[in-house]
Amino acid sequence: MLENKEYKVIGTRPIRHDGVDKVTGRALYGADFQAAGLLHGRVLRSPHAHARIISIDTSRAEALPGVKGVVTAKDLPDPGDKIADLGEGAVNLKYLCDNILASDKALYKGHAVAAVAATNPHIAEEACTLIDVEYEVLPPVLEVRQAMEPDAPLLHDHIRTTSLGETADEPSNVASHIQHKLGDPEKGFAEADVIIEREFVTGTVHQGYIEPHNATAHYNQDGQLTIWCSTQGAFTVREQVAEILQYPISKIKVVPMEIGGGFGGKISVYIKPVAALLAKKTGKPVKVLMNRADVFEGTGPTPASFIRVKMGATNEGKITAAEAYLAFEAGAYPGSPVGPGAMCIFAPYNIENVIIDGYDVVVNKPKTAPYRAPGAPNAAFGSETVVDEIAEKLGIDPLEIRLLNAAKAGDRRADGPVHPRIGCIETVEAAKAHPHYTAPNGKKHHGRGVASGYWFNIGLESSVTINVNADGTINLIEGSTDIGGTRASIAMQAAEVLGISAESVNPSVVDTESVGYTAVTGGSRTTYATGYAAYEAAQDVKRQMIARAAKLWEVDEANVQFADGEFSSINGKEEQISFRDLCGRLGETGGPIVGSGTVNPGGAGGAYATHVVDVAVDEETGKVDILRYTAVQDAGKAIHPSYVEGQIQGGAVQGIGWALNEEYIYNAEGEMTNASFLDYRMPTCLDLPMIDAVIVEVPNPGHPYGVRGVGEVPIVPPMAAIANAIYDAIGVRMTELPMSPDRLLKAMGKI
Amino acid sequence: MPTVAIPSLLRNLTNGKDSITVPGATIREVIDNLEDRYPGMKARLCEEDRIKPGLAVYVNGLLTRGSILEHVDTDAEIHFLPAIGGG
Amino acid sequence: MARRSHVQTTINGETVEFLCEPRQSLLEVLRDELHLTGAKEGCNNGNCGACSVILDGRLVNSCLVLGVETEGKSVETIEGLAEPDKLHPIQDAFLENAALQCGICTPGFIMSAKALLDQNPNPTEHEVRYWLAGNLCRCTGYDKIVRAVLDAAAAK
Repeated sequence: MLENKEYKVIGTRPIRHDGVDKVTGRALYGADFQAAGLLHGRVLRSPHAHARIISIDTSRAEALPGVKGVVTAKDLPDPGDKIADLGEGAVNLKYLCDNILASDKALYKGHAVAAVAATNPHIAEEACTLIDVEYEVLPPVLEVRQAMEPDAPLLHDHIRTTSLGETADEPSNVASHIQHKLGDPEKGFAEADVIIEREFVTGTVHQGYIEPHNATAHYNQDGQLTIWCSTQGAFTVREQVAEILQYPISKIKVVPMEIGGGFGGKISVYIKPVAALLAKKTGKPVKVLMNRADVFEGTGPTPASFIRVKMGATNEGKITAAEAYLAFEAGAYPGSPVGPGAMCIFAPYNIENVIIDGYDVVVNKPKTAPYRAPGAPNAAFGSETVVDEIAEKLGIDPLEIRLLNAAKAGDRRADGPVHPRIGCIETVEAAKAHPHYTAPNGKKHHGRGVASGYWFNIGLESSVTINVNADGTINLIEGSTDIGGTRASIAMQAAEVLGISAESVNPSVVDTESVGYTAVTGGSRTTYATGYAAYEAAQDVKRQMIARAAKLWEVDEANVQFADGEFSSINGKEEQISFRDLCGRLGETGGPIVGSGTVNPGGAGGAYATHVVDVAVDEETGKVDILRYTAVQDAGKAIHPSYVEGQIQGGAVQGIGWALNEEYIYNAEGEMTNASFLDYRMPTCLDLPMIDAVIVEVPNPGHPYGVRGVGEVPIVPPMAAIANAIYDAIGVRMTELPMSPDRLLKAMGKI
Repeated sequence: MPTVAIPSLLRNLTNGKDSITVPGATIREVIDNLEDRYPGMKARLCEEDRIKPGLAVYVNGLLTRGSILEHVDTDAEIHFLPAIGGG
Repeated sequence: MARRSHVQTTINGETVEFLCEPRQSLLEVLRDELHLTGAKEGCNNGNCGACSVILDGRLVNSCLVLGVETEGKSVETIEGLAEPDKLHPIQDAFLENAALQCGICTPGFIMSAKALLDQNPNPTEHEVRYWLAGNLCRCTGYDKIVRAVLDAAAAK
């Protein structure tokens, strides 16, 4: 499968195709969409974290001049008891609908309860204040361990814990329990010379994309619904809206505008069905925009969690057993990423005896959404800190203990499957050999830490169509919204097949009626799977072009070969024609050529990363500064190295924010008290050094060019790496995220 | 014959056995044969004639499309795991 | 609806007249009245810098300036930066350095960088980081953005 050769386009750094549009302000994002007669929508949100909705009276809002329509959950069709199958997973339709507009209960502060369309956004906002909602306020439950207590307030009367198909009798906030067991953990711990067990707590954090959610919807008189929006996947928007509105997918067109960041947070829909309802009610196009507080309070963050990790090792450093307990906050409805967290937690290691228990628990916070390697960073914060402590106890270098136990091809993951070819060892070795790791680091209150991380990556469906132009260029039609340079990385794979330059490919991201089904830009899948589809589409073009050359030369197709952008006849006649020249002769040899490729590949190939960080801890203030940061990662094959580096750097910095500052801060009533970018403190460029991204290439056998997804794994190691560096600096093990100044001061006994 | 790794939460149905070898050329056949030997298994893995929502099927370490029609080789190793999504 | 005021200002060197409500921010006016959507709304309270424009030579968050305040003033936006046949050196440097991923913060960063280089053509890395600290980027980790601005300064 793997094409092993020197590449002409792959591995180079062309200017991205959408670059000029994006540096000149011309690129159109969702909120930039304009239409004649446009109305503006605004959503009213619950001020309570947990409340029964007794009544909603919209009459005063409807009477306000300029208001054209008001909707509530009553405007949504009854979801019944249906499981909706949505690309990346299946969900209970009632939960999905209730999260769009609450029907019987508001389950978090910020939960949408009604929406208004008006002639301008200010009127819509004013009208929201005129909607009278009567609530019966209920006690909220805001923390996972409290929510698991038998006497905790219940969010849903009907949720009973399921354990792989078996359902408990009593209602509970624990929606599900998962478990992985390998070998004999008891025996493994008995063999250990040193055992470390620690408990960890992580806060709720948000993806923090700079562009708020947005949607504009319009119904034609024939019932055709069009939605223009920023999304990670136009097809998943179509699926979700179709399920929620119980409307046929053939009647819904989703036009993906440029997207201003997602990181997993722009897969679930929030205001898109609301815009559609308002458009239907008013007969006009309606644009709904969130503000920043709406984004924090009304969209899915990634869960807070409680984690217990126990690991044992021999004096020689061999890890003999590992145990983990993971309790994740799902938010208001089931569906936290505890599953992937449980599957990733010990994946950098080959351990024979493992037991992992995971719990998905509802609490009165927004329904969580995916965020970059969902679940894995929480889990790795625990496991990678414990591994560090074991190494310290045994007097073994922390990278050495990772090498001693590193997972490799053929080893069994704790959740069962055997690893294919992976680059775990290679990332640790590269970190160990990096000048950063050997540089002196002896100053007072300065420390160095390391950690590794794993993420599966996913495949899923992608479709690409290629139209060949007469001047030797191609138009590449794809359905993957471009969040970080994927037009380029996908186009380059087609260019490589056809022996043309990256600039000879014109990539377009199109709507749901103009390309085959394509799953979300997420799961680190886009360059891998859509790139794979582009490879297949280009192979299709190549095959058709070979037939044209054969026709031109009146030879058998088997006697035409294609290399380095040239077709040539290999038997008898000495003929040669370039790709470009043959493109100019399509008309006379049979007409236009359209190539297509669709894939649903299963061999996404796991991604590993190992990070090294130096910190300085200010003893007076508890502030931690990042002095130096090196992030090593296996990319399989880096198609466009600049954008691979960009993913690594960006992921590492999100991890730094998660480690040091970011968290939702709640008061006792369940109100988030820091719902702004001023108070929810994401890293600025003044907080950071350069991030040295080191790409290791261990080709993935599941992709023709060896690509592994790169987007997610870089957020997995930073929290533990920084915690380990803080320990090295001040001798205190931090077990709670974020490691903000107040927590540092407490840990140091200063307050 | 294909080997099915039995998830720990289903081992109460298999008297603690963590791995079962059963005949079958598709996931459907494998599950039906498991059900014959360990009644109750199918209800834990399937809903009507499909794999339960939220479950993923891995064959030889590769994530499949989750269809019970998926072909499996005679030496295949099959895992049923929580479905995952990415960011 | 509040009575709309008539405002005359200069935008990217051209005299522009518009009507706006007193409560409308410059950002709203640029985007909704003048269809100059290069300035983006990320927070609408001055925290993210995605709406950065230059007002009478001074870098501002256009979400914190009222439209009516621009009467008789001069506004530079991202749309006015490139020449018809070539990009501004900062724009080129952003492309060469792959200093953008999703691109939503890019116009703000470029305007912010322009304001910096207009007054300090040869900044140090620390000066670049200090100046750009009012602009949030969530994709890049800032590494390539800082390099792009330093490159643009060196190219001048």
